[in-house]
Amino acid sequence: MSIDMSQFHQVFFEECFEGLEAMESGLLSLDIGDIDPEAINTIFRAAHSIKGGSGTFGFTVVAEYTHIMETLLDEMRDGRRQVTKQAVDVLLGSVDCLREMLTSIQNEEDVNAESVAVHQSALETELNGESSANTQPNVVATPAINTAPSPIQSQEEDEEPEIEEEQGWKISFCPYLNLLKTGNDPVRLFRELSALGQLTTNVNIQDVPDFNELDPEECNISWDLVLVSDASESTVREIFSWVEEDCELELSPLAKPKKKKKPKVATPLSASTPAVVETKEVIAPVIVPPPTTVVKKASSESDSAKNAPKASSSIRVDTDKIDTLINMVGEVVITQSMLGLIGENFTMDKVGQLKRGLAQLERHTRDLQQSVMNIRMLPISFVFSRFPRLVHDISTKLNKKITLKLVGENTEVDKAVVELINDPLVHLIRNSLDHGIEMPAERIAAGKPETGTIELKAYHRGGHIVIEIIDDGRGMDKSKLLAKAIEKGLVEESAIMTDKQILELIFMPGFSTAEQLSDISGRGVGMDVVRRNIQSLGGNIDIISELGKGSTIAIHLPLTLAILDGQSVAVGDETYIVPLVSIIESINITEKMLNKVAGKGETFKLRNEYLPIIRMREIFNVKTGAATKPNEGVIVVVEGQGALCGFLVDELLGQQQVVIKSLEANYRRVEGVSGATILGDGSVALILDVPGLVRLSVC
Amino acid sequence: MSEKNENENEIDALEDENSAKKSSDTSTIIQYLSFVLGKEEYGVDILRVQEIRSWEPVSRVPNVPFYEKGVVNLRGAIVPIIDLRERFSLSKPEYTPLTVVVVLQTGSGSHTRIMGVVVDSVSDVISIERTDIQSAPDFGTKVSNEFINGLVSVNERMVMLLDVDKLLLLETLEQNDY
Repeated sequence: MSIDMSQFHQVFFEECFEGLEAMESGLLSLDIGDIDPEAINTIFRAAHSIKGGSGTFGFTVVAEYTHIMETLLDEMRDGRRQVTKQAVDVLLGSVDCLREMLTSIQNEEDVNAESVAVHQSALETELNGESSANTQPNVVATPAINTAPSPIQSQEEDEEPEIEEEQGWKISFCPYLNLLKTGNDPVRLFRELSALGQLTTNVNIQDVPDFNELDPEECNISWDLVLVSDASESTVREIFSWVEEDCELELSPLAKPKKKKKPKVATPLSASTPAVVETKEVIAPVIVPPPTTVVKKASSESDSAKNAPKASSSIRVDTDKIDTLINMVGEVVITQSMLGLIGENFTMDKVGQLKRGLAQLERHTRDLQQSVMNIRMLPISFVFSRFPRLVHDISTKLNKKITLKLVGENTEVDKAVVELINDPLVHLIRNSLDHGIEMPAERIAAGKPETGTIELKAYHRGGHIVIEIIDDGRGMDKSKLLAKAIEKGLVEESAIMTDKQILELIFMPGFSTAEQLSDISGRGVGMDVVRRNIQSLGGNIDIISELGKGSTIAIHLPLTLAILDGQSVAVGDETYIVPLVSIIESINITEKMLNKVAGKGETFKLRNEYLPIIRMREIFNVKTGAATKPNEGVIVVVEGQGALCGFLVDELLGQQQVVIKSLEANYRRVEGVSGATILGDGSVALILDVPGLVRLSVC
Repeated sequence: MSEKNENENEIDALEDENSAKKSSDTSTIIQYLSFVLGKEEYGVDILRVQEIRSWEPVSRVPNVPFYEKGVVNLRGAIVPIIDLRERFSLSKPEYTPLTVVVVLQTGSGSHTRIMGVVVDSVSDVISIERTDIQSAPDFGTKVSNEFINGLVSVNERMVMLLDVDKLLLLETLEQNDY
């Protein structure tokens, strides 16, 4: 009978994390003073399903904890509690705590009891501190729109006996109209209940209609039961397990727990799902675990840092996308059988047919490829949705007033990109928060609105996704940047630099202009790492900044990491792929355009710029083939590391889309090579890592 | 530095696993695939051998040690090819129709790697009592001791048993460059 629940754990965790995200974004969007009841409902529902799920899977710690949150939210929802900023902050903290708990459970570690206890007591203080059944007159009325008509509940709350010594359960049982139709007999339930102990039934018949309108197949009666028994809650619930879909059930112990808890109102999860059983156990007195030593905490933290979290590698896909895919596969199969038929007894007059078939196959393959890639596409909101919280927390900490504007959240991008872009973005947004936006007073003095704006924008352009972080802060002071760079010895004092080059200085390792280091940013380790991360994704990063008006940081990323448009080039008798995105142009050069620097380094003049030449043959030690002079080969002008550069290759072979295969999976990282691909003839060609090569040739 | 430590841990873990295997089936006979490098005979645990292929031209990878010949496409996977003869500085690398590539796999669980090693020819599958394996003496010169698991005598010939996991851990050798 026992089912292995662990197979569902993954799904449960995913749902929980989704729920937590929903709660978080809901909490952040709560506008104190003007509460949207639906917003609280959304948060409540998320909390409730986490509670339900964790109860089912036996994660009682989570269930109990969520229950307290739920109680708090429930009161807010009913308007019995004012939504204060403090309460929202406590709830946000709880969301973090829950996330931590779930992560530990997911990784099969012990839950950090200490931090749970801290959050839990904060929650309880919040819950008990100003909770009161008497609604304060100035409370914004937030009628719970989903509350089902169940008059008994409220009665029960108010009339709940203050002192009750007997042990047992008070059960409120409100069957839905269709209870009898499903073949359930309440009398049978009561009989079973009475077997557990002394049962007192109290029938509510106020909902029974006039005799003329009475439908004998409908159950219009509800019951208040008092069961004096030492049976556990689960035993009682078990009796109702057959009808839990068809009724509203509420259980509360007769004996009051030591800590007086607020009575709760049961409400269905949502109007669309009328059949929901409210799990309404009263919270047992909270056991605060003995404080563990600091040493232990530290060790557990370092442990968790060591064990890389079990990353979920599943992906949720629209059924639409899968349907398209199946259609596509069908088409391919048809084309394949058609080609098979042609091939079976082939005569020369079928050549035309064959060609058509092959063309069709090509088209289908391309479509198929596209729809498979589509499956990996996720909206960028997966990343963006985390930022409102970040901005909220940091702006509070910094005493700045900042609104975050998200644009283009539904822009789709490859899952791998989504996963890898998060950290760089966090860093950039922190920078904007910390360095970009000024303090409110400073802003007013500068004639700007008090509240700063950070805009996070995603859109497609060409084969790229562009993510922009736009702030209306103080912008970057180029002269200050330059002075700093000179002071740090990163730039020669006499260096002549364009504005763009000066701005790019912030990507240098060890560069930070913040006068004061803070724990948010300013340690000067960040921007170079950000740029390196983005480049490792095959993208690049640009800055535009105007002093006093703000900065824009634009990140260009390829849509997918699995396929790229490449230019195949020949070096000797080897073939390499240059990513098309980094190619500016390809030219044949003449002897006249060539110059030598210090007799060694070669440059050529492209229009008005002198560009260094990198001989692929030399950098890759190719010994076969012939071309040794630049003017016998072709110069491919590429952009890497923000600088133009010419790759000298022997020949251009053609453009094609190539599937990127990892070289590291079985081998290892090779300098100057970002991956490999398989060419049409089955041989392997290496894909060049343009920025890496530029770096390699400079060193 | 930490990466290196991790690698070492990994090796330790692998060794632990191997020793665990050994202790669990002490009486059994192990089969080794033996092959010839120059005039010497070597053996690898046959359970590590994925397939045996004939030599085919590889795509050279620039700026790697000379014995790492390059990569080939093995049914969609990019697989590096190492010439063991050059790795051990044994015989002159000649690529004849008889030259074979033994595709070996290493690692455990989800993290497995495959790699092809070039040998002169594959000779036999030999069954060895575990107790017949002698520990390897210190050669000092040609083959550094670390790849050798032990020695065994088969029909008066000496066969050196290679430790596949150590053999295929290229990173530990070149890690410092990166």
